[in-house]
Amino acid sequence: MKRLNPEVTQRIATVCLWAAAGLALSVLAYIIILVLAKGLPVLTPHFLLASPERMGRAGGIFPTIVGSLALTLVALVVATPLGVGTAVYLTEYTQPGRLAAVIRFGVDCLAGVPSIIFGLFGFIFFVIRLGMGWSVLSGGLTLAVMILPTIIRTAEEAIRAVPGSYREASFSAGATSWQTITRVVLPAALPGVVTGIVLAIGRSIGETAAVIFTAGTALRLPTSLFASSRTMAVHFYILAREGLSMPRAYGTAAVLIILILLINTAANALMVRFRARTQ
Amino acid sequence: MRPDPALARDQDLDSPRRDQDLAVPNGGAMAEHKAEMAREPKVRVEGLSVFYGGVQALKSVDLPVHANEILGITGPSGSGKTTLLRMVNRLNDRVRACRHEGRVYLDGREIYDPQEDVILLRRRVGMVFALPTPLPKSIFENVVYAPRIAGMRDRRKLEERAERALRGAILWDEVKDRLDDSALALSGGQQQRLCIARTLAQEPEVVMLDEPCSGLDPISTLKIEQALDSLKATYTIVLVSHNVQQAARATDRTAFLLMGELVEWRPTAEMFTNPRDPRTADFLEGRFG
Amino acid sequence: MKTKEWLIEKTLLLMALSAVAMLALIAIFVFIEGTPIMAREGLGHFLLGRKWAPTKGSFGIFPMIVGSVWVTIGALVIAGPLGLACAVFLVEIAPRKVADIVRPAIQLLAGIPSVVYGFVGIVVLVPLIREHLGGPGLSVLAASIILGVMVLPTVISISQDALEAVPRTYKEGALALGCTHWQAITRVILPAARPGITVAIVLGLGRAIGETMAVIMVVGNAVKVPAGLLDPARTLTSNIALEMAYAGGDHREALFATGVVLFMFIMLLNSLAALRFGRRRPSP
Repeated sequence: MKRLNPEVTQRIATVCLWAAAGLALSVLAYIIILVLAKGLPVLTPHFLLASPERMGRAGGIFPTIVGSLALTLVALVVATPLGVGTAVYLTEYTQPGRLAAVIRFGVDCLAGVPSIIFGLFGFIFFVIRLGMGWSVLSGGLTLAVMILPTIIRTAEEAIRAVPGSYREASFSAGATSWQTITRVVLPAALPGVVTGIVLAIGRSIGETAAVIFTAGTALRLPTSLFASSRTMAVHFYILAREGLSMPRAYGTAAVLIILILLINTAANALMVRFRARTQ
Repeated sequence: MRPDPALARDQDLDSPRRDQDLAVPNGGAMAEHKAEMAREPKVRVEGLSVFYGGVQALKSVDLPVHANEILGITGPSGSGKTTLLRMVNRLNDRVRACRHEGRVYLDGREIYDPQEDVILLRRRVGMVFALPTPLPKSIFENVVYAPRIAGMRDRRKLEERAERALRGAILWDEVKDRLDDSALALSGGQQQRLCIARTLAQEPEVVMLDEPCSGLDPISTLKIEQALDSLKATYTIVLVSHNVQQAARATDRTAFLLMGELVEWRPTAEMFTNPRDPRTADFLEGRFG
Repeated sequence: MKTKEWLIEKTLLLMALSAVAMLALIAIFVFIEGTPIMAREGLGHFLLGRKWAPTKGSFGIFPMIVGSVWVTIGALVIAGPLGLACAVFLVEIAPRKVADIVRPAIQLLAGIPSVVYGFVGIVVLVPLIREHLGGPGLSVLAASIILGVMVLPTVISISQDALEAVPRTYKEGALALGCTHWQAITRVILPAARPGITVAIVLGLGRAIGETMAVIMVVGNAVKVPAGLLDPARTLTSNIALEMAYAGGDHREALFATGVVLFMFIMLLNSLAALRFGRRRPSP
């Protein structure tokens, strides 16, 4: 068998690699364009601010927007301090050792747990055992467990990127560990930490499997932490799967996609700022 | 001719009875002077050996640092100069692999005694690093970092403290109109003087500088040396430098470290004109490092 | 001051243990709910039984296990080569400006909610398969393609890290010996990055097997062992999500038992990945 000339192989390979990247990009572009093209026309103020009628066949999606925000807020309020605290402990208080390895393994595993398992857990633990019922609280807490690894990992990375010289300067000035962390390390790591939080918001808003069995599917506007609430993603799933209203499904999808675009842009901008600051 | 009684007394005191006099430090002006000379040094390092894991960085070093002097520590790279400084403010506590034998005293108290408060120690022993380490804050917030963490809240007092420190580091005139600008926007030389000011603002008793001019141009270096000279009246200063000329210009006494071993320490002029140890001579003549 | 610092440290330690504690809680509760029925039915019956009629007392999840394995392998057949190619492209080929566009785009791909993927699957991919390849359209193939795209970002970003971790000197050495850039990639860089790429694949597998909503929407959900790529199937995840809403008693337990099986799969994959990572990380 005749071997190809290395130069020719090189050229073919390069073309293939460009094609692979092009394919990935066009899939992304296709999804976004498809959803926006059919969804944007549906996006009127009425759609965003009105309540759904006849199970979502008509009307708007306002309660589901509130539901998504409420669940996300609960999740962040719980997961942010826990996640940042964990990251601080891992970076500033432990030396590499068995404890740190166990914690890190736990975080890695938690990050790999599928959302449906979070849903099962949230259902049996928060909804049934703790008696919270299908509620904003159950859903938010389930999401908190789910986004915890994201926040821990990004915060840990951001804190590690803070130059050691900052810490040494602070300690030399007679600062305690805690003063060093709160006055120097965390402010310097802030954009990175916030990036993680922003990404976690994205995950929370797009999540379906973990919240459908914990927050329930009630279409009312949630009035308390213990009220059942449907999120945008769940609403979209129900609209699309039960074929209730394709235009409204596209409209909801468009809202989700736009939010994700905004969130990703914000996260990227923050990351760029953070890199510029720590380098 | 009758001898002057005062003189007689002085001569008397200067006689072989000096040891006894030193035991009674309040016995007159001359005695006070003597006591000064033999008093407990500000910092005393005694038989200090330091290990990083299996590597020994300092080998049984004995070194006193007297109050209000500038002590230079010189030697080639890797000779343990930085380690010595980091042991005196216990910054190496943070390095898990670091272990030491021997003692370090500040005003006669063992700083590694479990009863001693490391935070208070670090407030008393300030440190300036080889590369400028401005914190990502404004110039003002950098300077008042130490007083703030020590609990000072009054704006007026903080401003006073900042101005005094910045003047001490000969930086005031350059930054007085832009104290709220980011410290990271200053030039390298200014950043290093800012770090000196930050250390001064913590009102330490000892100021340790680890090659403060290593990354700087000659003019910035000169400014820093001027600043040091004017600080001598108030502080005890330890200046690490592998730059022989700088050690010669700026210090009162010089200690020479080589591969973790303290080869000799003497008044700077003496050491530079007439080194005792051949290794010192080699180093001063530029044969290594 | 010292007590305060001690208190802070212990508080942070407790926080740091929260992730481990949560993982343990998840495992414990899912197992408590799921294992009794496995014991009652017999593990063999449960795992290998082909009949799933929960209202009539038949709990065999074999078709779902096969379904999950099929779509997962299908996803990796797509995402593996494509992801690796994209990673090589980003690290070795792409001009800086192009990389600066592709990188965030891949990130965005990871951010798109799975229900949106499923939706695009229903409205575009399923009709396409039905018309051109036959069958109902809702199929293993549709699920594999959608999942392939969904795990692409995972495969790309971890392979990319692995490729970037290869010391530059390896490549320079190869080029200095007269290799073409492509030869340097295939003979030096890829072999050196292999442990990391394996991790990328393993974690990609984990994501694919655990994905739920997108799969439900395109896989057809028929409880039978699929005979081909164009057949509908049901996965472990879709089994849980489809029936959870109305299940009670034994039925609910059987769904938790399905969760246990899924959880075991995931932990196995995670441990594999962690082992690989562990070997790569230099010990302190």
